[in-house]
Amino acid sequence: MQRVNKSKSRVKKIYRFLPLYIFMVPGLVYLLINNYIPMAGIVVAFKKMDYRKGIFGSPWTGFKNFEFLFKTKDAWVITRNTICYNLVFIVLGTVTAIAVAIILNELKNIKMRKLYQTIILIPFMLSIIIVSYLVYGFLSQESGFINKSILAPLDLKEISWYAEARYWPVILVIVNLWKGFGYSSIIYFATVVGIDKTYYESAAIDGAGRWKQVTCITLPILRPTIIIMTLMAVSKIFYSDFGLFYQIPRNSGPLIEVTNTIDTYVYRGLVKNNNVGMASAAGFYQSIVGFLLVFGANYLVKRLDQDSSLF
Amino acid sequence: MVDHSKKFQAVLHIVMVLLSLFCLIPIILLISSSLTDEEVLIRNGYTMIPRKVSLLAYKYLLMDSVAVLRGYGITIFVTAAGTLMNVLITLGLAYPLSRKDLPGRNILAFVIFFTTLFGGGLVPTYIMWTQVFQIKNTIWALILPGLLLSPFNVIMTRTYFQSNIPEEVVEAARIDGASELTTLVKVVMPMSLPIVATIGLLASLAYWNDWMNGLYYINDDRYFSIQILLNKMLMDVQYLQSTTISGAGSALAASLPSTGLKMAVAVLGALPMLLIYPFFQKYFVKGITIGAVKG
Repeated sequence: MQRVNKSKSRVKKIYRFLPLYIFMVPGLVYLLINNYIPMAGIVVAFKKMDYRKGIFGSPWTGFKNFEFLFKTKDAWVITRNTICYNLVFIVLGTVTAIAVAIILNELKNIKMRKLYQTIILIPFMLSIIIVSYLVYGFLSQESGFINKSILAPLDLKEISWYAEARYWPVILVIVNLWKGFGYSSIIYFATVVGIDKTYYESAAIDGAGRWKQVTCITLPILRPTIIIMTLMAVSKIFYSDFGLFYQIPRNSGPLIEVTNTIDTYVYRGLVKNNNVGMASAAGFYQSIVGFLLVFGANYLVKRLDQDSSLF
Repeated sequence: MVDHSKKFQAVLHIVMVLLSLFCLIPIILLISSSLTDEEVLIRNGYTMIPRKVSLLAYKYLLMDSVAVLRGYGITIFVTAAGTLMNVLITLGLAYPLSRKDLPGRNILAFVIFFTTLFGGGLVPTYIMWTQVFQIKNTIWALILPGLLLSPFNVIMTRTYFQSNIPEEVVEAARIDGASELTTLVKVVMPMSLPIVATIGLLASLAYWNDWMNGLYYINDDRYFSIQILLNKMLMDVQYLQSTTISGAGSALAASLPSTGLKMAVAVLGALPMLLIYPFFQKYFVKGITIGAVKG
């Protein structure tokens, strides 16, 4: 009797929530197609892709694609570039964002603070293609601002920026910082602005200076936000912003050594060189190592600070 | 003491003004260059202030170039249709997940969250969309892959619902006999304008600025959006010349101000978003902070 009641109440419950499940159908179907089917398609890395037979019908080749990939110098270069750029981006980005957030919070003039907030978010609104035009405005050899308006008046020789690899690590770091610092500053600012003012007041009474207040109140309170933001960035350390590394250097050949990342490599392999095997091997490498990194980073944080982990 | 604090404020303002200039100077260079006379540009290069103003580049782009007008049309359509679908789908996932009494809620949340941890990558995605769904060189290629739903936006929206819509309100609507759809549209939505505006803005930004789908799936110029057009021109400025209304041989096309023209197209690509942005800014800052702090 009880069991019948139970199953009846379950049916009733499902029926009651049916509309809510129906709301979710379009989104779930989309995730199935856009995300889950390609996850299964990752086996293409172990296949000799034949477009007529599709991914699942193509013949297996074992680790051949990986052998080809790791025999070249490319595998090392793209891994090094992807990770090193990301590390620099994370460190510089975080420090800048926190500094700007604290400055915004210290400003007494609310109108100006709003204005600054609006301005520093503008680069975030622009597509990377537009940004590549902005960069071109500075770096173009024949009409760029740096060559024509800075180097020429100083009687210095023109630099062909798009052909000299050694400048590009710095250029890419500046561009990335320019585009992203506003957004992350706002995120940190949201936490800073929520800090109880009485902490600072009592600290001031105890004679703590501004710097002391920042290091002893603001930063400790920001700690969970910093950990979460860094954790999210670290878990994406095997991924790069394709546009930044492909469009900003205008896909220039002489720069490849310092601008090639896993994402640009996969794209070039797939579309430009029609080398699906190597592209899919690099893609597999990225997905798997990336996935392990998320768990690794999360595990470490969990051991250090139980509450701040991602999941 | 007062004097000291005034000095401190002044230093802070100086730092922020410098940072603001850092953000704005490239944009000033772009706009100024697009307004400079072609001959002056060739002689002096791109400068912060136009030494001789000329609107020729804009005149050419807006009067004579089929590609730019068609690009705007494609971009506006894709942005509008994509954003609308994106917002509806996001709400459809986020609202049920915010209901603590929904059976299977944790599993469903995991199904969504997992896609942020693991992905198949470009190769299988590309093969699926082109071979199975045959979207290459269709308008769907600009709408469907990747952009229709962001799992982060779903999580952010769910968090917003959970912390801003009291359970009692939903319960009261149910007791009054309102259906779930009515509750969502008439009760929950009016209380959630900031988050709807935020995800709407983020989605429209993603669609307006998207060029990757175009790069991967489009090579038919009838479907070139503004960003794809810009990308094409970055590599080949003569491209526009082949798409003029008056034909490639016309006088205007022959005197094509190519150095300034590049910058003018980029201004046209960026302008609409920059104009809309101040109106959304309030919601936007509010939205990202809600999602970021509690998400």
